[in-house]
Amino acid sequence: MEAPINIYYELDNYYQNHRRYVKSRSDQQLTHGLKYDDTSSCKPEDTNNGLPIVPCGLIAWSLFNDTFSFVRQRSELKVNRRNIAWKSDRDHKFGKHVYPFNFQNGTLIGGGRLDPNVPLSDQEDLIVWMRTAALPSFRKLYGRIEEDLEADEVIEVDVINNYNTYSFGGKKKLVLSTSSWLGGKNDFLGLAYIAVGSSCIFISFVFLLLHVKSPRPRGDTPYVIWTRKSNAS
Amino acid sequence: MTNAKWFQDVEANNREVKVYEKDNTFHKTKWKKVRVGDLVKVERDEYFPADLLLLSSSYDDGICYVETMNLDGETNLKIKQSLEVTCSLRDECSLQTFKAVIKCEDPNENLYAFIGSLYYSGEQYPLSPQQLLLRDSKLRNTEHIYGVVIFTGHDTKVIQNATEPPSKRSRIEKRMDKITYILFSALVLISSTGSIFFGIETRGDISGAGYRRWYLRPDASTVYFDPRRASLAAFFHFLTGLMLYGSLIPISLYVSIEIVKVLQSLFINQDQDMYYEETDRPARARTSNLNEELGQVDTILSDKTGTLTCNLMEFVKCSIAGTAYSHAVTEVERAIAKRRKDGAPEIGDSSSDLAEQNSDVTGSNPSIRGFNFRDERIMNGRWMREIHSDVIQKFFCVLALCHTVIPAVNKESGELTYEAESPDEACFVIASREIGFEFYERTQISISLRERDPKTGENIDRSYMLLHVLEFSSYRKRMSVIIRDKEGHLLLLCKGADSAMFGRLSEDGRAFEANTKDHISKYDETGLRTLVVAYRDLSEGEYRTWKEEFFKAKTSVTSERNALMDLVADKIEKNLFLLGATAVEDKLQKGVPECINKLAEAGIKIWVLTGDKLETAVNIGRLYRYACSLLRKGMIQIVITLDSPDIIALEKQGEKDAITKASCENVEKQINEGKSQLNSAKKHSVASALVIDGKSLTFALMGNLENLFWELAIDCASVICCRSSPKQKALVTRLVKLRTGKTTLAIGDGANDVGMLQEAHIGVGISGVEGMQAVMASDFSIAQFRFLERLLLVHGHWCYRRIAMMICYFFYKNITFGFTLFMFEASASFSGRPAYNDWFISFYNVFFTSLPVIALGVFDQDVSARLCLKYPLLHQEGVQNILFRWRCIIGWMLNGVICSIIIFFFTTSSILIQAFRGDGHVAGSEELGVAMYTCVVWTVNCQMALSINYFTWIQHIFIWGSIIFWYIFLVIYGFLPPKVSTTAYKVLVEACAPTPLYWLATLAVVISALLPYFIYNAFRTRFFPMYHNIIQTMRLQSSETQNPVGFFARVQDKIRYMKERLRKKNHERR
Repeated sequence: MEAPINIYYELDNYYQNHRRYVKSRSDQQLTHGLKYDDTSSCKPEDTNNGLPIVPCGLIAWSLFNDTFSFVRQRSELKVNRRNIAWKSDRDHKFGKHVYPFNFQNGTLIGGGRLDPNVPLSDQEDLIVWMRTAALPSFRKLYGRIEEDLEADEVIEVDVINNYNTYSFGGKKKLVLSTSSWLGGKNDFLGLAYIAVGSSCIFISFVFLLLHVKSPRPRGDTPYVIWTRKSNAS
Repeated sequence: MTNAKWFQDVEANNREVKVYEKDNTFHKTKWKKVRVGDLVKVERDEYFPADLLLLSSSYDDGICYVETMNLDGETNLKIKQSLEVTCSLRDECSLQTFKAVIKCEDPNENLYAFIGSLYYSGEQYPLSPQQLLLRDSKLRNTEHIYGVVIFTGHDTKVIQNATEPPSKRSRIEKRMDKITYILFSALVLISSTGSIFFGIETRGDISGAGYRRWYLRPDASTVYFDPRRASLAAFFHFLTGLMLYGSLIPISLYVSIEIVKVLQSLFINQDQDMYYEETDRPARARTSNLNEELGQVDTILSDKTGTLTCNLMEFVKCSIAGTAYSHAVTEVERAIAKRRKDGAPEIGDSSSDLAEQNSDVTGSNPSIRGFNFRDERIMNGRWMREIHSDVIQKFFCVLALCHTVIPAVNKESGELTYEAESPDEACFVIASREIGFEFYERTQISISLRERDPKTGENIDRSYMLLHVLEFSSYRKRMSVIIRDKEGHLLLLCKGADSAMFGRLSEDGRAFEANTKDHISKYDETGLRTLVVAYRDLSEGEYRTWKEEFFKAKTSVTSERNALMDLVADKIEKNLFLLGATAVEDKLQKGVPECINKLAEAGIKIWVLTGDKLETAVNIGRLYRYACSLLRKGMIQIVITLDSPDIIALEKQGEKDAITKASCENVEKQINEGKSQLNSAKKHSVASALVIDGKSLTFALMGNLENLFWELAIDCASVICCRSSPKQKALVTRLVKLRTGKTTLAIGDGANDVGMLQEAHIGVGISGVEGMQAVMASDFSIAQFRFLERLLLVHGHWCYRRIAMMICYFFYKNITFGFTLFMFEASASFSGRPAYNDWFISFYNVFFTSLPVIALGVFDQDVSARLCLKYPLLHQEGVQNILFRWRCIIGWMLNGVICSIIIFFFTTSSILIQAFRGDGHVAGSEELGVAMYTCVVWTVNCQMALSINYFTWIQHIFIWGSIIFWYIFLVIYGFLPPKVSTTAYKVLVEACAPTPLYWLATLAVVISALLPYFIYNAFRTRFFPMYHNIIQTMRLQSSETQNPVGFFARVQDKIRYMKERLRKKNHERR
C-alpha cells in the first residue's frame, strides 16, 4: 500500500443521525465559545454544576475515544492526525480562540476528554466526530500513515478500547485504506454502470426481436382499441 | 362577473315606465316601484317592466306586436290581442272608471301557458297567453299599450325560468382532489408507521437499569424522545412526521394550476383563428377553470337560432310551372361539394354543376338581405318572356299577397322594411319585390302592390280587396287569403306544406305536379324549406254561400269554434291550381355544416334545443343530417308532439288533470312507438333522429317517463327539442348531464339559453347580436359557431392533455421527493430527521421544479393544431379520459416510488462508507443530502424532458435552468456564514464539486432512475401506441418523405408541360 494510507474507525448500529443527537449541539458556541450562552439545544449536556460546558451537547459529549497505535517490525508507525477534518469546519465553524471548558466533568461521562489548552479548531478528532454521519454504520477518518506498507507485512495494532458499544450491540472496525481519485474502494458504482448499461442493451435486443417477430407498420390507426366505438353501438 | 351582474340589476331596477296614478294621469316611475295591479303604459320599442295583462293598444282591435327575442331567441314578431271587452279602454279618461278583478294561476315558469279570468261588470272572461305580455319582451310596431301588472320581479315568468348560476369545477380538478385525499392518507399512513417504529425503538433505549443507546442520554430526555413515555413520544413523532412529509401534499399544485389556467386562457383569447373580424370579437375564456373540460366534451346541446343559423331566411330557389329556377348555392350544397372534392371517390355531375354555378354566382350583383335568388330568366322583368309568364305572375302575386306581413316605412331614409310574424313570409315578400311585385301598403281591408304590367312593362300601383285571411296553424299547415282584384275577380291564394296541398289540387290544376314534386324532393334533400303555392278562381255564388257559413262558424261560442272554422276553411281550399313551389334557406352560419361534421367525426353527439316551431326545428334536423351524415342516407325521423286535435280539444275544456293524464298517456304511447320504430331501423342500420316539442318534453321529463324517454334519446343519432322554454332547455341539459355522466357543453346566444349554459358543465356563449346575457352567463364566448371546432378539438385537447399531464407529473415529483425523505428517516431510526437542509425542502416546489411544470401546462402539445383538426378522433382521448385514468395516475405514482427507491439506494450505496474522495474524507449527512437532492432535481427535471412532447426554448430554459439554478443556489447559500447556511456551508464548493464520485454517482443514479419509465414508454409507443402516438409517427414519416415526393411531382409536371407546349408549337407550324 502506498502512502498516504487512511486509517478509519468504523462503527455500526450507531445512530449519529438520530434527531435528538444531531440537534444537540450549538454551532454558535463552537465558533464564539463562552461568549455565547444560549445553549438550550444542548440539554442535558449544556451546563454542569451551574457552569456552561464547552463544547456542549450530546455529540461532543459522546466523542469517540478509542486510540490506535500501529507497530511495524517493532518500530511504531507514525500516524498523522492533522488534516483529517474538512477545512471549512476548521476555519469557520470551530473557533480558534475557543477552548474546552468544564468538559466531561459531570457524573456521567460519555466519551473522550479534550485538552483544555488546545483551541477547538485544532481538536480535529472532535471536528471529525461532530460532522455527523448519514447512516447508522459509518466510517470516520482517524489519521493517516504516511509511509508505504509492503504486501505481507505484519502490522501490530494496539487498541485502547474505551468507547462503549456493547450496550447497543454495535461493532467497531478498524480500516486501513488507500484512496484513488474516485475515493475508496467501492464496487457498487462500477457494477451499477455495467448493470444499467447491459440491461439497456438487453432490452433493446428484446425490442428488436419483438419487432422482427411482429412488425407493426407506422401510423396504422386500426390498432387503436377505441377507434369508432360509436359504430359498434 | 358578479359585479357585472350587479350593474345589470341596478340598471334594470332604475329603468322607467309610465304608471297610472291617482290623479288620473301617467307618471314616470322606476321599474323597482312597479306593483302588482298597477296600470302601465308601454310605448313603442320599450321593454315590458313586468308580466302584464294587455288591456288595449293603439290599434282598434286591441292587438299589439311583441318581440320575444330574450325569451325564445326568435326575432320575428308575435301578435297579442286583448279581450274584446277591454279593447275600448283607449284613453286615460276611460281608465278612470275601469274596475275589474283578475284571478290567475300562481307564478310559474311556463312561458306558453297562462290560465286566469277577468271579472268585469259582473261577467267572467277567460284569459289566455294571448293577453299576456311577458317581461323582457319588447313592444314593436304599436304606438303604445295599456296593461295591468300581474306578476312583478321574481314572480315573472322570465325570472322563474332563470336558474341560479352554479359554480363550476372541472372533473379533472375534482379527481385531483380525490388524489390529494389519497396522498393525505398516504401521508398519515407513513407518518404513523414511522411513529410505531420510533416508539418501539425509543422504548428499547432503557432496558432495566442499562441504557441501550447511551449517547442519546435516554435518562435525561425531553418528552419527544423519552423512553419512559414512549407512546407519547410516538404521538409527537407522528406530528413531526406530518410536517416532514408535508411535501407529499402538493399545495403548490393548486397555485400552479391556477397560473397555468390563466395563461391557457390567454392563449384562447389570443387565438387568431377564433377571431371574428366582422364584429371584431375574439374568443374569450371567461372562466379559466374549465379549460381542460373542453377536451372532454361528449355531448353538445346547441341552441338553433343565432347559433347554428343566422336567424335569416333566404329565398334561394323556386319551381314555377314545372321549371326550376335559380342556381344559388346553399351552404349545405357547398359543404357537400367540398366533401366530394376532398374525398374524391365519386365525382358526380352535380358537383361539377355546382362548380359552374359557383362561378356564376360570383359574377352577380351584391346581395339583398333575405334574397339569394339568381336567375336571369326571371330577374329584371325577363320573366315576361318565359312560356308560362302568366303562371309566374300569379306565383309572385300569391307570394306578395298571401301573408300577414306589415310594411313599415323608415321615416328617415324612406326605406321600406317588413315586419313579419314568421321570417319566411318576410323573405317571400322581399323576393316578390325583387322580381317586380312590391308590396307597400296594408290596411284592414286591402293590400297594395306596385307591380310591373306584363304588357306595357311599366310600374303600376294596384290594390286588392282583402276579404278573408285563413290563418296558418300547425294543424292546417297552410294559409290562404281571399281577395278581389281591380277587375272584380274573386281569387283564393294559398300556400302551404306539400303534404297539405297536393291533395287539394283540382284535376286541371295538376299540370305541373310531377315536375314540382320532383323539385320539392330535390330542395328537401339540400335542407331547404319548401312551400307549395297554388290559387283558384272563386265564383261569386260559391263565395257567398261559403262566407255565410264561415261567419256562422266564426261567431259561434262553443269550444269547437276553431275546429269549426278549420272545417269551413277546408271547404273552400280545394280544387286549387298548382303554380309552383318555393325553397327558402334558413341560412346557416358560415362553416356550420363543416364544423358539425368535424364534431360528429370526433364522436361528439349534438342535441339541438330550440324555441322554434316544430316545422322549423324539423328542418334544422334535416339540415343537420345532410350536413354531417351523408353516408347514412335513409334517416328516419321520430316525431313526438302533442299538437294532435284531441289534446287541443281537451285543452280547450281547461281541465288540468285531464290534460295532464291524456298528455302523459299520449307521450308514453309515442315514445313506445318511437322505440319500436327505432328497433326496426336498427335492423337495417338506418340512423334516426328524434324530434320532440316542448309540451311533450314537459311530460317526457316527468318522473316515470324520464327513463323511457332517455332510452329512446340515447339511441338516436340526433335529438331535436323544439318549442322548449328556457327552463326546459336547462332541464334537458341536466338530464343529459346526469344520465351520461359525461361532460356536456351548451352553446347559445340569447337570454333564453342562459339556464342551459349555466346548467351544462361548460356554457359557451355566442357573442353575436342578441344582447349580452348569454355571454355574461357563459364560461367561454366565441363569435361564431364554427370556432367551436377549434375551441374543442385544438384548445380543449391541448388543455386537457396539459392539465392531466401536469397533475400526474406533480404527484410524481412530490412522491419522488417525499419518499427519499421517508427512506432516510427510516434509516435514522425513525427519529424524524430530514435528509436535506430545511431550505432545500422548502424550495423544492418553489424554485427547482415549479417552472418546468408550468411550461408543460402552458406550452405542451402532442400534435399540432392542424393535425388536431385533421384527426378529430383524437378528441376521444379526452372523452374517454385516457390520460387521467386511475391506471395512469397510479402508474405515475408508482414511477415516483420507484425513482425515489433507486435514488436513495444508489446514492447511499455508491458514496457512503468508503472514502468519498482522493484525500480520504468520508461523506457525512451533509454530503449525502446534497448528493441525493441533486439526483432528485436532475431526475424529476429529466423526467419532464422525457415526457413532454413539445420543446421550445422556453421549455429548455426552464428545465435546464432549474437544474442549473439548484447549483447556483447551493453555491450562494453555501457562501453565507455558517450561522445561516448551517449544514450547507460550502458543501458544494468544498466537498462535492471537486469530487468526481459525486458527479459520476449523479449520472448513474439519474440514468437508472429514468430507465423504468423510458423502457415502459418506448415499449408502449412501439407496440401499444395511443392515438396521438400514431399521429406523431405519421407526421414524422410524412415530413421525412414529403419533400422529395413533392419535388419529383413538380419536376414531372414541369416536364409534361414543356412537352405539351412543344407539341402545340409543332402543330401550329404545320
